[in-house]
Amino acid sequence: MNDGFAIKTEKLTKKFGDFTAVDHISFDVKKGEIFGFLGPNGAGKSTTIRMLCTLSRPTAGTATVAGLDVIKEDSHVREHIGLVSEKLIMYDRLTARENLRLFGNLYDIPKEELEKRIDELLGFVRMQEWGDHQIRTFSTGMKQRINVIRALLNQPEILFLDEPTLGLDPQSTNEIRELTRKINTDRKTTIILTTHMMTEADLLCDRIGIIDKGKIVALDTPANLKKMLSGKEVSNIILDIPNLTNDMVEGLKVLPSVKSVEMDADMHVMVKATGNDAFDNVIDLIRKKNGKIASMKNIEPTLEDVFLHITGHEVRDEKVLKPSNASSHFGPPGMRSRQRVR
Amino acid sequence: MAKSNLMKHSLWICWKDLLEFSRNRIALVMLVLMPLLMMLMVGFIFPSASSVSNTPVAIADLDEGLGNVTLSHQFAATLETFGNQSGLMKMSSATGFDDIKMKIQNAEVSGGIIIEANFTENLLTGKQAYITIVTDQSNPQMSTILQQILSSTIDELGNMQARYGLNQNFNVSLSNATAMIEPYKVNVEGIVPGTPSYFQFMAPGVMAMVVMMSMMTGLPHAISYEKDIGTMDGMMVAPIRRLSIILGKVLAQTVRGMVQGIIILIMAVAIFGVVIYGNIGLVFFILFLCVFSFVGLGILITSFTDKEETASMVMMTLMFPMMFLSGVFFPIQQMPWYMQDIANVLPLTYATSALRNVMVLGSDVSAIVFPLTFLIVFGVVMLLVAIPMFKKGMSR
Repeated sequence: MNDGFAIKTEKLTKKFGDFTAVDHISFDVKKGEIFGFLGPNGAGKSTTIRMLCTLSRPTAGTATVAGLDVIKEDSHVREHIGLVSEKLIMYDRLTARENLRLFGNLYDIPKEELEKRIDELLGFVRMQEWGDHQIRTFSTGMKQRINVIRALLNQPEILFLDEPTLGLDPQSTNEIRELTRKINTDRKTTIILTTHMMTEADLLCDRIGIIDKGKIVALDTPANLKKMLSGKEVSNIILDIPNLTNDMVEGLKVLPSVKSVEMDADMHVMVKATGNDAFDNVIDLIRKKNGKIASMKNIEPTLEDVFLHITGHEVRDEKVLKPSNASSHFGPPGMRSRQRVR
Repeated sequence: MAKSNLMKHSLWICWKDLLEFSRNRIALVMLVLMPLLMMLMVGFIFPSASSVSNTPVAIADLDEGLGNVTLSHQFAATLETFGNQSGLMKMSSATGFDDIKMKIQNAEVSGGIIIEANFTENLLTGKQAYITIVTDQSNPQMSTILQQILSSTIDELGNMQARYGLNQNFNVSLSNATAMIEPYKVNVEGIVPGTPSYFQFMAPGVMAMVVMMSMMTGLPHAISYEKDIGTMDGMMVAPIRRLSIILGKVLAQTVRGMVQGIIILIMAVAIFGVVIYGNIGLVFFILFLCVFSFVGLGILITSFTDKEETASMVMMTLMFPMMFLSGVFFPIQQMPWYMQDIANVLPLTYATSALRNVMVLGSDVSAIVFPLTFLIVFGVVMLLVAIPMFKKGMSR
């Protein structure tokens, strides 16, 4: 418990029949950090979370959560964790308070203490006045806020957030991200987050584990991950050329250092190039063709690039072979959106 | 974890389920509507003597008379008066068999009576007079009933004729004449007073059936649906025993099933005039055992099906044979032996027979020990199989 790690896994593996969802992954999560699992849908993120939450039994390997073994001490693990899964864990026809009261009682929180915590948590997400309204009357963002504080009722040391912003509008997405950061700083809660959104991982996480096809392919801070690319790898150059011609574009494409050229409707040209002289080469070519460079930007490599570099393919939904909740059957690819309970 | 917590947790889950249910207006309406429709349906769809009223019957008088006497007119008139007075039949005339046949085919009448050509002649010459009843074979129940009514009416008319003849021709007093014609007088007496209405017969079965249906459809919803929408994870990730989840669900469904049973009982008594001859407490106890015996089965099914859809499908598949084989509608004794064997392992069969025994015949516990034992054993065995299955299915 006192070794500074919230989670340790050793060759954690989960198979569904012939399909290996999680393939011998070993990693540690430090206490107090926000740790992100980044990967396309079906990469094994949720399955890993489910194993760590004791909802799914590992096929092989071990994991300790809050210093407790997820298989042998599963019921004790549960006392120390909170889960916000992909699907809302809320009963639509119950009010926010009733929902919180129900789950609080499942954690044996004494009555007065529970009411105190409910008030405090509703205040934490600025929803005091909504406590006595039924969940079904809430917007998706409001539902998710209540859903998040539900996972905080037992004051967990470790909070699991499985795609917490999936299906939310941009404003709610920001709210939930802020909330996540606030939980981490104010309450010193270790947070394990899964996402398939690069920006989200980049914004929130102290460290990121990139997971692809059930394996962790890279694990570091966002900055270090990006450093893997800068200099030696790709430069993203955005050029604004008012008198852009096809000739210039074709010219750019055949430059040896240029990897790809893309254009948008506003005559912005996005060039991906490698090597230290990439800038010089691009400028020389445009000047030679009498192009006028109005502006030029070098964009930092994104995690998207990192992912592409490491896995050799882009972050997009692969054929999803993913178990539905609490069962060994695979859901169809279309089933990934957040289920709205009516 | 302490036992008190196990109970406390399950009570909370039960509370949650019932609260959710009570806020679902449609579900609440259905809770009342379903048994009402069931009672109405089974009470009225099966034809009985009382369901014959103003049935159109065609009468063809082919009697040629003898001399200037035509006795058939008198006969037809009596029949018509009887039909009108009792409200059973509405007579119309026809020209003969072919005409009646056509009228039955056109659904103008439900049956016909033909008074044969030599009716008067036979009567007056001391022979038997012939009357033919034409029935509609496409509606066997109705024609059986009509046939019974017509036969007994005609018999009665015949008896009157005979009594009159004896009185007139042999100077026998009317009461003696009755004894001569009908030496045996049959009295029917059940073991409880009064003639049981059809509802009386159906109500116990319908009660057991509705309780079964509510359990069989309620449990997949309560368990598989929660798995489907992911809320089950919320309970699974809490430090509570798996057993308390099942117990909570079972408790909530039991309460729901009992409420449904009580509603239908009240309806049966208040609306359909069913009389309960036995102990009302015993009726509740049987209802409870009925619920109990289905809970295990319900959990078993939901534990190996992953989606609500699948669970409901399996439930439906099991429910229909149970409904028809358990003697709710048709007496088991009428079925072929292999069907009887199947019926004899269905809990609904025993729930129905126990309820019928207590409600209709006023039996006490000693008469229904076997059905009660069966229900308990069935429930316990199912739960013993279902609970480990459920736990296993939960942590895949």
